[in-house]
Amino acid sequence: MRDTEHSGLGTASCIQLTATSEPEGGRASLRRARSSTGTTMHAFKDSGHLFRLAAVFVAGILVFLVLRGFLVPKSFGQYGHYRGNAMAEIAARPVNFAGHETCETCHADVLDKKKDGKHAHVNCEACHGPLAKHADDPASVQPPKLDTAVLCVRCHEANAAKPKTFPQVASADHSTGLPCDTCHQPHSPVIGGGAK
Amino acid sequence: MSISRRHLLLLLPAAAVAWKHVLAGTPESSPNYTMSQHWWGMLIDLPKCIGCGNCVRACQAENDVPDGYFRTWVERYHVSDYDIENPVVDSPDGGKKGFPPAKEESGKNFFVPKLCNHCVESPCTQVCPVGATFVSPDGVVLVDKQYCLGCRYCVQACPYGCRFINPKTDTAEKCTLCYHRITKGLTTACCENCPTGARQLADLKNPKDPIHEFLKTHSVQVLKPNMATHAKVFYAGLDGSVR
Ligand code: HEC
Ligand code: HEC
Ligand code: HEC
Ligand code: HEC
Repeated sequence: MRDTEHSGLGTASCIQLTATSEPEGGRASLRRARSSTGTTMHAFKDSGHLFRLAAVFVAGILVFLVLRGFLVPKSFGQYGHYRGNAMAEIAARPVNFAGHETCETCHADVLDKKKDGKHAHVNCEACHGPLAKHADDPASVQPPKLDTAVLCVRCHEANAAKPKTFPQVASADHSTGLPCDTCHQPHSPVIGGGAK
Repeated sequence: MSISRRHLLLLLPAAAVAWKHVLAGTPESSPNYTMSQHWWGMLIDLPKCIGCGNCVRACQAENDVPDGYFRTWVERYHVSDYDIENPVVDSPDGGKKGFPPAKEESGKNFFVPKLCNHCVESPCTQVCPVGATFVSPDGVVLVDKQYCLGCRYCVQACPYGCRFINPKTDTAEKCTLCYHRITKGLTTACCENCPTGARQLADLKNPKDPIHEFLKTHSVQVLKPNMATHAKVFYAGLDGSVR
């Protein structure tokens, strides 16, 4: 393969040499040579095309690389095929539920009541709702009052799918329309028995 | 509106500036958190679930999940002892407001909370054409809102139906395992608000995490183990009828 290619080029340059060595010399003779030896001179024209094509490719690749460097975020590929910064952005979201440890630092009295009762493992915000704003600024953000008629039955209304060991009541019969906290202390719900 | 060549030339630098802003991203927000030290999952102790819907409400309040869409939800199963292959499942409003009394008290009735399983071999991240969803180095499957095209491939690919397209942003959305909380040392909103401890966040790389003791002493199962997704949400007391 290589050899034939070489010899092909060889002939082409040979012809060029013969063409320029004509008495008139210079461009005129080359031009005439082209028109006269049409088929062989195509080799020139085609190599020109190839260079132009190559140039287009190189320019294309350069444009691609430049655009890519510009468009692909710096952190893309830092950990894998994704934007590494995405994790920090997701982690930057504000928190709405402060967590029971935060509540307990200020409301130690409630914790004292709660910690020996049956609601010891029910966290503050499970009943009181998201209160991170209140925890940040208790003076200006007041927690909403709770309605025990709605709150308690969410967990305690009897349902066949609830575990049999979980304390359940049929609220209509059990409370006879009274709010649950007329008889039960929300933070320590067992009646009697040392107010647990 | 038609854009002239001159206008386009003016617009391009403006777009470039805007894009630079996107590229910059937000700086690291939890400096004391090292991703390589964690590998997150969750434990769901089914016999403790009372179907109160606290987790669903907490998730929506914590993550601004639009109404009618769920990152976590609770299903109620009714399995007749004469037809254990065909359970009757309901989940009114995702179990957000609890459950009405069971229609059929006979047979077996129980609740199953569901959420993203944070699979290690996650089918949803594999189909993403642009790298907008991924398993983070600490084992959480996340969506990059800025990169997501909203093509819905991942919604189709999740065998557990845990993804949806947020109608406001038109991008894919899912449980982040409260990534903004767990990176600050808090537990997830659903676990924080579970009254019975039926849901527990688990750090599988932390040898002191109670999950290890639990896994040693209980039989646990993942959902659809035959899909080989390597799910990290472990269910204790899971009934064979659960899909
Ligand atoms: C920085 C200290 C602080 C933290 C943290 C805090 N609170 Fe408070 N909280 C207060 C103070 C002070 C008041 C009384 C405000 C008033 O009376 O104006 C209050 C009032 C309340 C009330 C209303 C009491 C009433 O009389 O109606 C509730 C309920 C409450 N807090 C719940 C919580 C919960 C739940 C949390 C955890 C998310 C929490 N608080 C965190 C300081 C705090
Ligand atoms: C089982 C549900 C429940 C839990 C758990 C709970 N609370 Fe309450 N809490 C109530 C109800 C019901 C009330 C009375 C109605 C109201 O004031 O909104 C109340 C009242 C309060 C009050 C005001 C009056 C009082 O009795 O002191 C504070 C402060 C309070 N809660 C803080 C807390 C804190 C802090 C925690 C966590 C340590 C907590 N609660 C856990 C249900 C609950
Ligand atoms: C978020 C769910 C939840 C809410 C809301 C809730 N509880 Fe409870 N309650 C529990 C759990 C969990 C227990 C502990 C059950 C156990 O020990 O197995 C419990 C225990 C009790 C018990 C003790 C039952 C026994 O073992 O004798 C009583 C009474 C009770 N709750 C009353 C109430 C009242 C009244 C309210 C409304 C103020 C209320 N609960 C709100 C979850 C809840
Ligand atoms: C009229 C007073 C009263 C009202 C109102 C009331 N309870 Fe009770 N409740 C009781 C008494 C008394 C007991 C039995 C105490 C015991 O066994 O320790 C009890 C027991 C319970 C138990 C434990 C049941 C068990 O199986 O151990 C739960 C749960 C309970 N109540 C929830 C509620 C809820 C929820 C409401 C509101 C819908 C409510 N109660 C309203 C008086 C009341």
